[in-house]
This record gives sequence, C-alpha cells and structure tokens, in this order.
Amino acid sequence: MPEHPLPAATFAELSLPLFDQLYNFACWLTQDQTEAEDLVQETYVKALRGFSSFQAGTNFRAWMYRILRNSFLSSRTGLKATVAFDEEDHELAGPPASSPENVLLDRADREMLQQALEELPVHFREILLLCEVEEMSYQEIAETLSIPPGTVMSRLFRARKALRRTLEEKLQGKNHGV
Amino acid sequence: MACDVGREKLDAYLDGELAPAEAAALSAHVRACNACASDALERVRMKRAVSAAARRHEPSPQFRQKIANIAGSKPGPASSSRKWFWMLATPALLVVILSLGVNFYVNRETGRRQRIYGELADLHVATLASATPVDVVSTDRHTVKPWFQGKIPFAFNLPELQGTDFTLVGGRVTYLAQSPGAQLIYQLRKHEISVFIFQDRSTDAASFASGSMNAFSFNMSSWTQDGLRYFVVGDVNRTDIEALSKLLRDAR
Ligand SMILES: [Zn+2]
Repeated sequence: MPEHPLPAATFAELSLPLFDQLYNFACWLTQDQTEAEDLVQETYVKALRGFSSFQAGTNFRAWMYRILRNSFLSSRTGLKATVAFDEEDHELAGPPASSPENVLLDRADREMLQQALEELPVHFREILLLCEVEEMSYQEIAETLSIPPGTVMSRLFRARKALRRTLEEKLQGKNHGV
Repeated sequence: MACDVGREKLDAYLDGELAPAEAAALSAHVRACNACASDALERVRMKRAVSAAARRHEPSPQFRQKIANIAGSKPGPASSSRKWFWMLATPALLVVILSLGVNFYVNRETGRRQRIYGELADLHVATLASATPVDVVSTDRHTVKPWFQGKIPFAFNLPELQGTDFTLVGGRVTYLAQSPGAQLIYQLRKHEISVFIFQDRSTDAASFASGSMNAFSFNMSSWTQDGLRYFVVGDVNRTDIEALSKLLRDAR
C-alpha cells in the first residue's frame, strides 16, 4: 500500500460513518449528553488536525476511538471515573455471581441491564461496548485501549463477570424492595 | 463446572477469537459437554442482550450537522448500518444455539443478513418454546389486526385465509434493533410459521436483498412493501413459505 497521505477529502468519508457509534460510545463514557457532544466534537477536531499524520493502512476506527477515549480520560469526568481503579481488586470485591445467566436474563429487562452497565467501572464498561456493540476484534480493542492483546481477554472476562454480579445485585435489591 | 475448559477461553471462542484449529476443537467439545453447552448459550444471550441494550444514544440532527461541518462534508444519512436489526434478548432453545447460534457468533465475517436471519430464527423458535407464544390469540384477522393498534407505530393488512390450508394462531409485539414490530404465528399442517413485520429502513434496503433462502433449517422469505419489511420464517418447505408470502403480499 502506498504511504502517501490520503487526500483531505477522505477524512469526512472515513470519519462520518463512525459518527453514530462514537456518539453512543461517548454517551456511555460521560453519562451526560452535553459532555458527550463536547467529547465527540473534540475528537473530530483533533482527528482532523492529526489526519495528515495518520498512517494509511493502520486501523482508522481504532485511531478515532483512541482519540475519543484519551480525550475523555484527560477530562475532569474521565479523571474522576478512573481514579484508583484496580481491576484485580474490583474483581475480588463482593461475592461471585451465582445465578446462571439464563436466570439473570429471564428476569432482568433491558432497562436494568442498561443501569448495570452504567454502574460498571468505566474500564469494564468501555471494553464491553467495544466488543459487543462495535464488534471489534481483540487486536482492535488492544489498539484502541493501548493495552496488550492478552490483557483484552482477561479484562473482558472480568468485565462480564462484574456485569453479571451487578445484575444479580439489582435483581436481589428488586426482590427485597417488593 | 464439571469440565476443565476455562470460561475465559469459552468467551474468546464466542467472541470469534480462537485460532481455527482451537476453535474447531472447542466447538466439538461444546457439542459433547453439557456444562459448556449451556454456558455457551447463556454467554451468547448475554452478549446479545448487552449489544442491544447498549445501542441506546442517538445524536440530534443539529449535532450531526455540526460534526459534518467540522469533518468538511455534507451530512450523509445516519449510519445506521449496525444499529438496526438488533433485538431484545430472547430466550433461545439450547438445540438451536448449538446447531446455529454458536457457530453463527463465532464467525465474525458472517454477513449481517445472515445474522438477521439467525436472529429471526432464534426469535421464531423462542416464541414457539414460550409458554405464551402469542399475546392475542385469535384466528380472526379482524381481531388480530386492531389489537396491534397503538402498540406498534404502523398498520398492516392480513390476508383472508379461507380456502387455504393456513390458519392464523395469533400475534405478539416483538423487537428487532429496538424497533417494535408485529409477529404473527400461522399454522400449516401442525407446523408453525412466523411472520415478522417491521418498518423498513431505507439504509438497509440496499444491503438486504429480498428473496427467499434456506437458513438454519428454516425456510425464509423477505420483501418490502409499502414501507414495511416482511419476513416469513418456518420449518415448512419453500413452496409453502412462498404461498403464505404471496397471500400476505396480496392482502388488502
Ligand atoms: Zn466442557
């Protein structure tokens, strides 16, 4: 593949098809519409500025998500959301999920699942979104999150476990409330 | 778990991340191991549920315009290619997941169209397996049709079945890609056939050719008509699927 920079016109062609997904992702990260819009806008501005240095042949989608995510992490909300997050600690906290997922899913509705996702630590939330919604490969997720591919697998595993546990807690809470 | 396959590995398998040889070995194991089979089913359901639940936030038209201006282009249509055609988590029979769901998920290259058919096949089977397959039970189209009024954002016509071997069993509201639609159950010689009706999305029309196909041990057909997308799914032969499709197309 030739290494010359892509013509400027193709930034829109490459980036705009990602707009809806990037916005959805930004909303899940920030949990706030205004902040999400700011974040997406910042991403597009930065990406456009850096587009001339974007290497043809590398993964454009991962590059856009990485810009968005890095912008988020350095924002006030992002700093707050990720402060002192320890993956391993998080996993140990609380009892393991004991209900089969079938039971969880039969009883949990979409809204409850959305709440559970919102409550997950942002590192878990984002990796689940990249995998299940964006259907990124582990390699692509690794590029997006700037982590080794091997870490993707273990973090996803922990994220899923945390989600199941959060759902289970919600279901228990619901029952007690009745 | 009475089996030593790591759950992390099972996840990677379902994510389509195992090397072909490893995936084939695990696939063979999953078919033989009940613990892994039920776990795989649960995990696929969870993946699907998360995927559907997380497609949630839509940008405003104003904001879309703003970004299009920044990116230096006229705004195109919403890129909904991946948003549409996802549905609520549905229970699926283990046998179905084993025969199609798992392999289906494992192959990331599988076309979206195939995936939609897979989802519909799951939905069809799940409905039939459900204790209450239909919410409105009636063989009378004049009862079933108005029942949907106010429950889904469109209206449709159902055919007169007199003189045919088809009977209407009833209907229920269903979801695909968070869009509500109608599911009707018909019966033909003890076989159930699902008819799904959704609003057609223009962006999908191109990528979703009309026609009939055999997929996942079901025969299916699909077409668009008056802004609606129809799917007919059942384990009857293609001729019967086509016969019901024609009745629906001609319904007035
Ligand atoms: Zn096993």
